[in-house]
This record gives sequence, C-alpha cells and structure tokens, in this order.
Amino acid sequence: MFTETRSWRAVQRAVRVADMAATPHGVDRYVELVAPTWSTTEVRGRVALVRRQTDNTVTLTIDPNRNWRGFRAGQHTQLTVEIDGVRHTRCYSMASSAAAASRHFELTVKAHPHGTVSNFLVEHAQPGLVVGLSPAQGAFTMPALRPSRLLLISGGSGITPVLSMLRTLCEEGHTGPITFVHYALRSDDMTYRSELDALAAAHPNIRLIRVFTDEPGTGDLDGFVDLAQLADIDASWAAAEAYVCGPAPLMAAVEEIFAQRGIGKQLHTEAFALEQVLAEAGSVGGSLRFAASSTSVPSDGRTVLQQAEAAGLRPASGCRMGICHTCACPLQAGTVRDIVTGELTSGAGADVRICVSVPVGDVEFDL
Amino acid sequence: MTTTMTATTMTEGVEGVEAVEAVGSFESVESVESIDSIGSIGSEGGVGSEGVTFDAIRTTAAEFGLTSSDLDALGAEFEAIRREVLSDLGQRDVDYIRRVIRAQRGLAAGGRALLFAGFFPPAWLAGTAALAVAKILDNMEIGHNVMHGQYDWTRDPVLSSKQFDWDTACPGDQWRLSHNYEHHTFTNIVGKDRDVGYAILRISPDQRWTPVALGNPLYAALLALMFEHGVMLHNVEAERLMSGDKSWSEAWPTLRGGLAKSARQAVKDYVLWPLATGPMALSTMAGNATANVARNVWAFTIIFCGHFPAGTYEFSVEESEEESRGHWYFRQLLGSANIEGGALFHLMSGNLSHQIEHHLFPDLPAHRYGELAPRVRAICEQYGLPYNSGGLSRQFGSVVAKICRMALPGGRSWTARAFPVAA
Repeated sequence: MFTETRSWRAVQRAVRVADMAATPHGVDRYVELVAPTWSTTEVRGRVALVRRQTDNTVTLTIDPNRNWRGFRAGQHTQLTVEIDGVRHTRCYSMASSAAAASRHFELTVKAHPHGTVSNFLVEHAQPGLVVGLSPAQGAFTMPALRPSRLLLISGGSGITPVLSMLRTLCEEGHTGPITFVHYALRSDDMTYRSELDALAAAHPNIRLIRVFTDEPGTGDLDGFVDLAQLADIDASWAAAEAYVCGPAPLMAAVEEIFAQRGIGKQLHTEAFALEQVLAEAGSVGGSLRFAASSTSVPSDGRTVLQQAEAAGLRPASGCRMGICHTCACPLQAGTVRDIVTGELTSGAGADVRICVSVPVGDVEFDL
Repeated sequence: MTTTMTATTMTEGVEGVEAVEAVGSFESVESVESIDSIGSIGSEGGVGSEGVTFDAIRTTAAEFGLTSSDLDALGAEFEAIRREVLSDLGQRDVDYIRRVIRAQRGLAAGGRALLFAGFFPPAWLAGTAALAVAKILDNMEIGHNVMHGQYDWTRDPVLSSKQFDWDTACPGDQWRLSHNYEHHTFTNIVGKDRDVGYAILRISPDQRWTPVALGNPLYAALLALMFEHGVMLHNVEAERLMSGDKSWSEAWPTLRGGLAKSARQAVKDYVLWPLATGPMALSTMAGNATANVARNVWAFTIIFCGHFPAGTYEFSVEESEEESRGHWYFRQLLGSANIEGGALFHLMSGNLSHQIEHHLFPDLPAHRYGELAPRVRAICEQYGLPYNSGGLSRQFGSVVAKICRMALPGGRSWTARAFPVAA
C-alpha cells in the first residue's frame, strides 16, 4: 500500500518537522483553515452528493480525506456535524459497496422525531458540507470467506448495513443464494426501492422480499416476521448465515426463531442506531457507570463528582462550584442536569463539569 | 419554578465552597502563617461616613452594608445574566473565535514568511510586528479564554480547554489548573491567591516586608521581560522550592513539563525558523526574540492591571470561609479592575480589559464581556458597590507606584492615602 512507500515516509518526516515548527498547534491547525478536510491524522470528509429518496430521509455521498482507510460491509462511522456552533456525533452505517473502486461512500439518514443530527441533515445537508468521521468500526460484518447461503433482513432505516452487504456481494460476483427481506411501514417510506429492484433483476441469485406492514396487500408478503413467514420466504433459511438490522422488536423476533432452532450462532445482529432521547428531567434512580474504572453505582441524586468520590474514584476537581472546569469530563452516554443552570446535556462526547452535574437516568462517564 | 431553582443554586453554592475549603486547607495553612498578624489588620482602617472603608486594601461585605441576603440577591442577579448568556451561546460565538484564530494563524504564518526577507528592514519590522501580534492574540484572546472553558460547549476539539495549548513557555494544562482553580476561586485572598504579587513581588501591605522587597521594581521589570517563563515557574512554585517548603522531587514532574515545553518553544523560535531562513538566521532569531519579549511585556502590563490598580480590594481568609455564591461574586467584583479602550485594545488584551466581567463570568466567551459591562455597572450602582474602571495609563501608573512603594516597609496608610476609594 501507499503507507509503505518511501515517499510516504518522507512525507511523514516532513510533517513531523513542520509540526515542530508550528508547535504547539501543529500543521493541521494552520492548513485546515485553508483546506477544511485536510489533516495529517484526522478522518474528515466532504459531502459530495445529496439526494432525498423519501420525505424524511437524506442520502449523502461522502468524499473522505486520505486518512479514511475504507470499511467492511456492515460497519459504521461516527459522523460529526456542527449545528449552531455545537458539534454533535452520531453513528451511521455505510450503505454503499465496500468493494467499490471509488473511495466515496454513502450514508442514509432518517429523521427521528427528536433527533438533532438526523433532522439537521435531512433538512440542511448540501454538497460541500464538511463532516468529521471516525475510522470505520463495528463487528457486524461477513467473514472474508463469504457464506454460501445468506439471509439479509432489515427494518426501516436499518436497511443501510445489510444493503452494503448486498451491494458488496454483487460487486464481488458472489453466486450463492441471497435472500433480502426488508420491512417498511409503507411503500413510499422505503428507501433504495429502485436500486434493490435493479440488483434483483440483474442477479438471479438474489431473492427480494418487501413487506409494507401498514399497507397489507401491497408488498410481497404481509405482517411481521415469524417462523411461518420465514419458512415461506426461504425454505432453507436455517441453512443460511443471517444478518439482521432493524427496530428492537424485529431483532428480538428473529433472535427467538434462531434460538429455538438452536442455530443462534448463524445469526448476526446490529442494534438499530436510535438517537439519544432526552430522559425525563429531574428523575432520580438509574445507574451511574464509570467506564474506565469498571465501577457502577445506583445513582443517589448527588453530583457525579460526589458519587464518583463516594465510589472510591479520584477524578480531577477544583472549585467544585462550576467555575474552573478542572473536573470537566466527557459524558459517554445518558443525560445529566446542571444544578446551577438546570440545563440538560446528553450524548457521547459532551464535556461535562461533574461537580455541578447530577445524573438523569442511566449515565456513563469515562472515569 | 424559578424561585425553587435559585434556592437550590444557593444551597449548592454553599456546599461547594465548603468542599473547596476542605481541599485547599492543607496548603493554605502554611501560606497564611507567612503573613504577619492578620488579626490586627482591621484596626488601622476606618469606616467613612457613607459606610465605606477608606483603608483601601482589605474589605468585607459588611463594610459595604451588605447582609447575607443582600449578597444572595446580588448573586442571583449575576446568575441570571450568566444563565441568559449561556442559553444564547451559538454560531455567533464560534464564528467570532474562529475569525480571531484565522487572523492569528495568518499573522503568524505571514510574519514568519516576511522574516525570510529580513535583510530588508521594513520586512523585518513588519514580520516581527505580525509575529508579536500573533503571539499576543494566541495567548490572550484565544489561549487564555479557550483554556477557561469558554468554548467547551462547542465540543470542538480545537476549542477544548483540555486540549488547547498556547504559544508560550508554560504548558497549557499546568496553567489551567493553577489559574482557573487557585486564582479564580481564591481571587485576592492574601495567602491563598498566589497571583497576589505572583510570589515574587510585594504588592500588598499585608505581605510581610523583608529586605528582599527592596528589589521590587527590578523584579517587576525582569518579570515583564521574561513573563512567559515567570508564568511557567509560577506553576512550579519556585518560591516554595527556594525556601525549602517544597522538595525538588515534589516539583520535578511540573518542572520537567515546563522545561520540555520551553525547550520546544525555543527550538521553534531560535533553531528551526532561523535555520529555515538560511543566511537570515541571526535576523530571524532577533525578530522572534523581539516578538516574544513584546508579547511578554504586553501580557505583563494587562495582567498586572487586573487586580493590583488603585481601588482593588483584598480579602481575608476568614471573610471568605464558607462563603456563599453571592459573596464569591462580591469578592470577584471588588478584587478586579477594568481598563478602558477601543475594540482593538480589548481584542489585544484578550478582553482581560474587562477583568471585572471576566472574574464574574470566567467561562462565558470573553467577546461578550463588553456587552455585559453596562449591566454589571448598573448592578454595582444599585448595590452601592464600586466599579473600578480607568484608562491604561491611570491603571498601570497606579500599579507601578504600588510596586515601588511596597519595596519599602509598611505602606498601609500610604495605600489608604494614595488610593482613596470612590464607591
């Protein structure tokens, strides 16, 4: 690869010297002001294409910078966008083929009722938007030696990782039988309809089943997944490796079917990436988890700092009244309330002053 | 709903302060002992006809006729402003600081480029000036304010108080701890706030006089020239190291960090860039040194005007024990002084010219202080509290006079005469 070449090593040496000349900020902090996606280390991208397949979704084609090392079908990236001056990070699965020649990749985002990021992207995303990315991550992937028989099941916007698998298999010239089942509420609610039709038409080994649960009689089948429906779709389903992504009830139903047959090992699932929903303000209880020290305590309503100290942790702290920011610590998951301002903060990555923050429901900190 | 929240805030404030005292106490006991006869301080001062002390230096809320419920009300007024601004933070603030960063990076790059033509005197002058301005912007409006956490809400790693480091000898993370915690929590409490005289100068009559203080003006001049290294050594608590209160092994981790950062800075300014300019090496070195010193003197000037001019107050450890949030606001207000000037002056001073607003709202974006100043002044009038504001020559002139007078023993009655307080 390019990383191994002599010229790349020379570039890296030059960057190190330039970083010393640009200390303490480093070269990136200068160059990014001229070229926002350029970085020596960070993965960033520019939205190259935007299309809106349905009323409440947006499909983005992203042109990543050279730090992007590609992905395996089924993986996701942590996408960061800035909304009114604040950065927000959410996970989205790649929907495009991992075997494509182009470095561009595709994400489809569905607007959730209270989703800050999803609504922003659906309403405002346009070509040229610069986004932060993480390297591709996630273990919801197929083995390198592709299974001979595949069952891909998705619901709603959970279509993206399994579609990526389907597209990748097609591009690789996979010849084994693939059954692709997708559940949508209505036919006009389904993304990638024409792409799926085209793929199925061009590849005789693909069997495409569409189910519109709110509109019986309009799809290939009706109703929610159960053993009878699965057998109806593919008589040899139990011989397939299955990949499922969708709402929790769909995944639970499929898991139960596979478990009952004793073939749970053949089933691979990806939790449906729901946006953070604000927990009820002022509620007590829940658990407070300190990930770095593998400690979990039932939340007693005091500040996160007090509870961390009570649990035997020694987080950095200073004024203990919300002034000095010494105790600021990234929130991993959940919601906290600022006892001075009453403000609620949610979502992974937010820096929180733990001396003036109380947990609202289940909360996790990197402490 | 609002009332309930305010009550909660106050309670939390009090609890929080108790915790601070507990944390700080093991250090403060020794430092307090080094100050002679705290108990006798009040006796020299008197209370004027309007209930305002004319012994300018040390004061209490009672001298201003403020009860604890007055202080709570005062605190609630400032809390309301703070909440209002916090809920209004957004794109405007981010756009502003990014504009300053862009200008700073442009000036730094442009200045260094101009020094390649250092043989041409106007290019050398312009390059050195651009670099000096870049360093000042980096340290004051960007570094100081970003490291206060003023932009942490953006979650942008470039604007994160934890990740930012500035173009100066002192490592950002070390400064953040000593400055944001010690100085901003214990502001102007003699014996607890090590920024009172920076442990080098005798700046208050409450600091014990020794013959060492005779060198006050000289130390101040040296500190001005080498301010970045002064700030670095301040974190090492060099004075306690010299007096034997702190062991070398205790100081070593901080010192090592400070020396490593200073070395990186020196390599950049005195090796890499001079080498890059080839035959212009010496001229580049001189330009970089000039820019560093210009930044040092400017930062010293602005920062010394923050808490030492005529009319700024100090507080006793006792007065500030178990203080309410309202009392904390009172102390920040009376311990700080503003410098008046135009928009460019405020930018170049990192808005520390609005030192009063900065100490009331240390984590609000500093470019908003100018907008808040009239409201803070109105609250001061309402509560009969002084609002110390003056031009640079007046504020800095009184600091210089104080540094010179404090070189000699005593000085309390001189302070009272020289710095009459107007409420």
